[in-house]
Amino acid sequence: MPLSPEEIRSLQAKARQLRCDMVDVTVWAGGAHIGGALSMTDVLTALYYHYLSVKPAEPGWPERDRFVLSKGHGGVGLAAVLADKGYYDKELLREFNHFKSPFGMHLDGLKVPGVDASTGSLGHGLSMAVGMALGARFQKQAWRTYCLLGDGECDEGSVWEAAMAAHHYKVDTLTAFIDRNHMMIDGRTEDIMSLEPLAEKWKAFGWEVREIDGHDYAQIGAAIEGAQAAKGAPTVIICTTVKGKGVDFMEDQVKWHYGSIDSELAAKAKASIQAGAGAARAGAPAAGGAS
Amino acid sequence: MTEVTGTTWNVYDANTLTQAEIYGRVLCDLAEADPRIVALTADLARSTKIGVFQDKFPQRVFNVGIAEQNLFGIAAGMAKSGLLPFVSTMSAFASMRALEQVRTDICYQNLDVKIIATHGGVSFGQAGTTHHCTEDIAIQRSLANMCVIVPADGWETANAVRAAVKRPGPVYIRLGRGFEPTHYENDDYGFEIGKAVTINEGTDITVIACGVAVYHAAEAAKLLRDQDGIGVRVLDVHTIKPIDEEAILKAVSETRRILVVEEHNVIGGLGSAVADVIAASGKGCAFAKAGLPDCYSEVGYPEDLYSHYCIDGDGIVGKVRELLKREFEADEDWEDEH
Repeated sequence: MPLSPEEIRSLQAKARQLRCDMVDVTVWAGGAHIGGALSMTDVLTALYYHYLSVKPAEPGWPERDRFVLSKGHGGVGLAAVLADKGYYDKELLREFNHFKSPFGMHLDGLKVPGVDASTGSLGHGLSMAVGMALGARFQKQAWRTYCLLGDGECDEGSVWEAAMAAHHYKVDTLTAFIDRNHMMIDGRTEDIMSLEPLAEKWKAFGWEVREIDGHDYAQIGAAIEGAQAAKGAPTVIICTTVKGKGVDFMEDQVKWHYGSIDSELAAKAKASIQAGAGAARAGAPAAGGAS
Repeated sequence: MTEVTGTTWNVYDANTLTQAEIYGRVLCDLAEADPRIVALTADLARSTKIGVFQDKFPQRVFNVGIAEQNLFGIAAGMAKSGLLPFVSTMSAFASMRALEQVRTDICYQNLDVKIIATHGGVSFGQAGTTHHCTEDIAIQRSLANMCVIVPADGWETANAVRAAVKRPGPVYIRLGRGFEPTHYENDDYGFEIGKAVTINEGTDITVIACGVAVYHAAEAAKLLRDQDGIGVRVLDVHTIKPIDEEAILKAVSETRRILVVEEHNVIGGLGSAVADVIAASGKGCAFAKAGLPDCYSEVGYPEDLYSHYCIDGDGIVGKVRELLKREFEADEDWEDEH
């Protein structure tokens, strides 16, 4: 059932709060991959606050839906979401990145409740997600598997090995998201290593492909529901997003791939998020004109 | 969990079946009783001899094509979802092509994935260095959580596979190509992960071996007994990690001379694992390693390569004779210490 206007407003409010939480964690951590965390926040919010079937009080619930954050450097974002969902106390995140903390920039599933796969090295998550989806089928379980990849991550050949296998095995319970913020560490994806035509590549690999604005909840919801209804093939949802989304001085800025912020800058960031500011809209970045 | 003893698989003729074929059959028996077991490979179902498993359980075999990174990633995901994957491919690909998936997806997450790495060492002789693997023991034993087993022959492979199912966490079992001679006469010799098997008693020198070198070490021991009157203790240290420190230190204490023989680079493998134990003990002994002297392997029939690298019977005899002449600084307190 499509998201109602009220549900969308609620998710948007939740996302604003989560983005502020991520800013807090970035301060506590002494630095984080804040840009890519903010770009994927709306997809994470839609999943964790509407679509994923999980039980935060029982992280190992066997029938839960699985979520693999293949772009593991987004850990600061997922950690904030899982805290808010009640997997653990948000106060624990004050130790993020500190000595012997369970929380590092790439989350460890053996240490952080709710993390279904330890990731960090790019190009690993989709294969594991394929394995989880096959595991569900083999055991006649109904749970679904979701995997969120970065766009730069799609440079990794192993992503395409997994893409080929998912099509071959027709794992239609698997849904992949590409956080298409058009940026990687060293610059714009199309300048460093061209990904386009990205949708055609996934189509050629046999996937159902949906292209959406990754900050528009109506589109995110419709795409996920479409993926849930798809039969015979996995679905990839290419989400056009803005790196640093919600924080005006971070939006579409390569330098905010990873950064540290002090409390003063954090206050500005949160004010920007709460104001719903950010001139940039998905697909029409404010600065520089994404290719 | 299943216990497979004394039934169908005992009638297998380990002298005519290869290690990998025995692996396939044992896995079938285990899978009968354990519905979690699935088998994965990357276009090497034939070479890794899981065909028998495929015939019996076609729905439980996943051949992912020539994509080893994906192979181990999928296995990790399956293990995460409650299955017990056995992954078979050549050791070169399991240990190098897909090393990061083995390390990060499987070992870091401490997953129940069992890796059956075939064509270890120089066993695929004529194929040359690309298809040899003389680095894998060093690589795999440096991965935290990983258990590393190098069975001597088919019987020991059967034992290792059964033991791997019972052991939680990742296990790497390194096999040859399958044409290696068989040392054991049956499976009933008390195999236990992490416990060396003393296959020949002796107090003049100890030869520590794994894999195909065990057979050759036993042959060498016979020859040295008959020709030189030397008592050679031979230890089959099939488990490289966790290693049997007690058996190694006992050998140091009782024979004072240790030769380690393996189908591997002399750097980082069983020899290094044994040296670690000895060095940490503070005991002195005469010590030598036989294997590939930090070089890339030659092409040829495995037997010729084993001879070239002194890991066959004659080679080991020569190395033992050398080591027996070696001087080393004796520990004055030695007698008091054991």
